[in-house]
Amino acid sequence: MCYLFLVIFSLWAASGTAQDWEDEQVFPEEQAARVLTVLSSTDTSFFASIIEGFIARNPSVQVRYLVTSTAEIDTVFRASPAAFDIVISSAMDLQIKLANDGLALEIEGLNYPNWAAWRRSLFAFTTEPAAIVINRAAFAGQSVPETRQDLIQVLRAQPEAFEDKLGTYDVRVSGVGYLFATQDARTSETYWRLMEVMGSLGTRLYCCSGDMIEDLAAGRITVAYNVLGSYAIARTDLADQIEVILPADFQTTMMRTALVSAQTGQPELATAFIRHLIDAQSNEDMFPLPPLQDAAKAGQPTITLEPALMTYLDALKKRTFLDEWVNAVIQ
Amino acid sequence: MSEAVRVSGSLRNRLTVILIGGAAILAVLLFFIVRNYAAQIAQQSQDNILGASVTSILGAAIIRDGAVEVDFPYASFSMLNTDSDDRVFYAIYQDDTLLSGYESLPLVAPDFGEGTVFRSATIQGTTLRVATASRVLIGEDRRTRISVSVAQTQDALSGVLNRISRNVALFGAGFFALATLLAFWATSTTIGQLKRLTTSVTRRGPQDLSPVVKPVPSEMVPLVSSLNHLMSRLDHSLSQSEDFIAEAAHRVRTPLATVRSHAEATLQRVGREENRQALRSMVRAIDESSRAAGQLLDHAMITFRADHLDRQDLDLVDLVQELVLRLTPVADMKDVDLRLDAAPGIRVAADPILLQNAIRNLIDNALKYSPSDSTIMIRLRSAPHIQVEICDEGPGFPPDQIGGLVARFARGSNADGIIGSGLGLTIAQDVALAHGGHISLANRPEGGACVTFSL
Repeated sequence: MCYLFLVIFSLWAASGTAQDWEDEQVFPEEQAARVLTVLSSTDTSFFASIIEGFIARNPSVQVRYLVTSTAEIDTVFRASPAAFDIVISSAMDLQIKLANDGLALEIEGLNYPNWAAWRRSLFAFTTEPAAIVINRAAFAGQSVPETRQDLIQVLRAQPEAFEDKLGTYDVRVSGVGYLFATQDARTSETYWRLMEVMGSLGTRLYCCSGDMIEDLAAGRITVAYNVLGSYAIARTDLADQIEVILPADFQTTMMRTALVSAQTGQPELATAFIRHLIDAQSNEDMFPLPPLQDAAKAGQPTITLEPALMTYLDALKKRTFLDEWVNAVIQ
Repeated sequence: MSEAVRVSGSLRNRLTVILIGGAAILAVLLFFIVRNYAAQIAQQSQDNILGASVTSILGAAIIRDGAVEVDFPYASFSMLNTDSDDRVFYAIYQDDTLLSGYESLPLVAPDFGEGTVFRSATIQGTTLRVATASRVLIGEDRRTRISVSVAQTQDALSGVLNRISRNVALFGAGFFALATLLAFWATSTTIGQLKRLTTSVTRRGPQDLSPVVKPVPSEMVPLVSSLNHLMSRLDHSLSQSEDFIAEAAHRVRTPLATVRSHAEATLQRVGREENRQALRSMVRAIDESSRAAGQLLDHAMITFRADHLDRQDLDLVDLVQELVLRLTPVADMKDVDLRLDAAPGIRVAADPILLQNAIRNLIDNALKYSPSDSTIMIRLRSAPHIQVEICDEGPGFPPDQIGGLVARFARGSNADGIIGSGLGLTIAQDVALAHGGHISLANRPEGGACVTFSL
């Protein structure tokens, strides 16, 4: 009875916002006693096998998997935190702010490395670098840029070739794009010079990595900056058209994180899902995403899970940063 | 003399309890003081970091084109990173309006002067430490006050405090254990001095009433000097009473002997039968008095000596043989045969004077009640106990009185006409008891009394 009420309530809450999801899938099709609602920024294709593994272990559970952008996740979840059980997002800054604001449930007894978890309520489960992705055909016969500096030089050398052929995240819309941009800007001044060069050539702005990869493959753009490398590599069908470059100067590496809503009606089930997500990492067949890697061992710095991530979410800082970014990119 | 001393507590216990109790109180005090101090230091360091964070945010505030910009560095929050992943809240106010940050974090007061203010607050049921500071910005046409609050939960702090508390508790427990050991050691050393004095006094022989000469701690000097004083007085009064006993014996016995010899002499000269009869009664009475006086003195002497047994290693057979030899003339006068039956070499640790006295009294008794031409058997046994058994062929003890005869001045109903004070058995019994033994009375089936003196 209680569950039924929760299901109705969560359906009502979700429908009440009249939300247009990028994707909405239910695993399995048939009705089940309990429904776990997962709000995620990760494409369903990457999560289907993980959820199916979870269903196999918990047969009486139905998982509703809702996909939307990272910024949208933040808005929707803050509006009705009781309507969702699990929140998965690649925007670490937004996630940590959710946890900091007390919207995430603390889970005891999960033995997880300290650098990959925050306050026992936010758990990282992938390590994904931002990449430069190029169209192979456009770079045929010339050397591939290895660093941002290389890219700037290539763009400056042949501005007419790249006019309107560049793409990156619209950081005003995409949470993870904003995270990559701010971390890049923190790390190197090169970011701003690249943005200025890209802006001067009329860069196209995207909401999502998937769209950028599609346009790259189709040849509508030839270079995309700060694409999620994992998405690009996963598109093995496009491997002939696109090439993924992990910049040699520095990589901005993000960890995808999951949290359980503090207002979830089924904390045990949600906790079991987090546990499954963590365990699934070691199972390559079930886990198509790049599993968590210790940054210290990988030799590449990873964005740290710390409250400092909230710095660029500050209204004043964000306004200043976006002003600067708009000035550089949209000229 | 072994009258129970009334006990009021124990010095050792009192001393131990005071020392251990003191140590416990100190340990608890130590725990709270150190913990409190650690809490202050931990709070201080959190305040310092919060203050630095506030300062760095405040330092980034500028007025550009008439609008306030606070482009604070990443480090402002980075420095607040803790092991326990403490939550961070902040608020930036321009005058009284929130520019950015958490609405739920209010300003302390609109006007709180210079410097950073620290306070504790509660947001969403969690306790936070809040640092607030403000700064006046001067634009082209106006002044505006920017206030910044940065708050942090205290998980790491309480973690540190718990760790410190645990360590301090361990430290305090160690201190307490050590103090307890020290307390036992100190107590036993102190009490040891008393014990040593007690042992040296207890181990003394009965005649040793010399003062304690071994050095003692200054606190015990008054006790030892009073003890020495008491012993010297005791020594004095003892020698006085010994003198008195000897004097009394001499004073009573000598005139009695004189009177007796006069009476005997007179008896030789007197011819009339009724006069001779009177004189004989007189001699008997004198004998009785003399004997009673002797036995009273014996008894007094035994009572005194029993408290200060002078045990010596001696040969019981020799001792009894000597007594038999001494008493043989008296026995011969009554035609009584004293027969000693003993294996040689029974050694015993006893007071020889008392033992002699007791056995002499017993043989005396046997002699008194023995008819003429009879035998007194004296048997010495060494197993299972050392025993001296004296049996006569007299009338025996009256069976109904056999239990009460050892009482002072008790005499058997069949003792009429026999000189006696009723002290002989009492003396023997006192001596036996003083040596940890006893005497038992029995009648022989073939007639006669048997007294067994066991040591």
